[in-house]
Amino acid sequence: MAQKSTLLTPRARVSFLGSAKSGTHHAWLMRLTSFALLPLTIAFILIVLSLPGRDFQSARILLGSPCPAILLLLFVSVGIYHMTLGMQVIIEDYIHGAHAKHLALMANTCFGLVLGAASVYAVLRLSFT
Amino acid sequence: MVELALPKNSVVGRGKSWPKPANAKKVTEFQIYRWNPDDGRNPSIDTYYVDRDDCGPMVLDALLYIKNQVDPTLTLRRSCREGICGSCAMNIDGENTLACTRAIDDVKAPVKIYPLPHMPVVKDLVPDLTNFYAQHAAIEPWLKTSTPAPEKEWLQSPEDRSKLDGLYECILCACCSTSCPSYWWNGDRYLGPSALLQAYRWLIDSRDESTGERLDNLEDPFRLYRCHTIMNCARACPKSLNPAKAIAEIKNMMIERQV
Repeated sequence: MAQKSTLLTPRARVSFLGSAKSGTHHAWLMRLTSFALLPLTIAFILIVLSLPGRDFQSARILLGSPCPAILLLLFVSVGIYHMTLGMQVIIEDYIHGAHAKHLALMANTCFGLVLGAASVYAVLRLSFT
Repeated sequence: MVELALPKNSVVGRGKSWPKPANAKKVTEFQIYRWNPDDGRNPSIDTYYVDRDDCGPMVLDALLYIKNQVDPTLTLRRSCREGICGSCAMNIDGENTLACTRAIDDVKAPVKIYPLPHMPVVKDLVPDLTNFYAQHAAIEPWLKTSTPAPEKEWLQSPEDRSKLDGLYECILCACCSTSCPSYWWNGDRYLGPSALLQAYRWLIDSRDESTGERLDNLEDPFRLYRCHTIMNCARACPKSLNPAKAIAEIKNMMIERQV
């Protein structure tokens, strides 16, 4: 919490810095990505279920073919984006020190980006090697 | 950072056990949170015994029995004793509710009574609701118009009036807000279910002319969007209102004006 004088009136304390006039876009993206993840998760499970019994080469061919690869790319990117948005809310909920909060939010975004880049690279590598 | 334990001066100890009433046939045990800001001691749980043949049926009756006949220092708020003023809101057997509308027989004995959770305590069962009331004031709970006032009254159709049912009945007892984990962690910035229910009551009032301005003031990651639909508020409300639904409707209005 930013510093607040102890002599502020209760109303000034509640008004604080005013409304951020944001948050709706974040909520909308959370909702959008959750809806998108419903079919994408089912597709991901079906793809994974079709893997047992295959050897490495035929698994690589299956995962590298256009439809499964595009579905996997969508699943990891939407999933990781949804995870990052959700983690942001958790950090805002529980971490109250300004510096700690800002560092945690940055770390969260960077972690999502790194994880997303690595996952996308892994799927693309199956497709293009 | 996250605080997982109570500060040392808030750890609750065992308090005094008051004698049982003499010659009483039916006795119920009450364990009540006590804290006095003036004696410098930690809070404690005092044990009282209530003669049920000499006491009304509600928890508030028992509290007044204790205050009048056992321990006059027990401090609590009460006024109407019929669920319309919201003064006697407290945590009874783990649930926020009104002492005046909760029957003693509906609570598992011993009856455990604490002040509303996660609020500063003034004394015993009296929480400091200053911030809660300021949040209610912040949503400007009154009709705001720019059209000159009509000679008689602002007209409203019966259909539009019925949209306020389930909203206007709120008695500001704070049971919902103090049952909300989001309000516990971020009560300084999150307005809480009670204030947001009242915000929605004015947002959908067909006579009000500042809906957009009201939405502007609420559109904030903390003021509104700390609600994670936990639904403790709807469960706690002694008037059976549903603040969670009202908050969801506000979120829908926010999306409606953007998408």
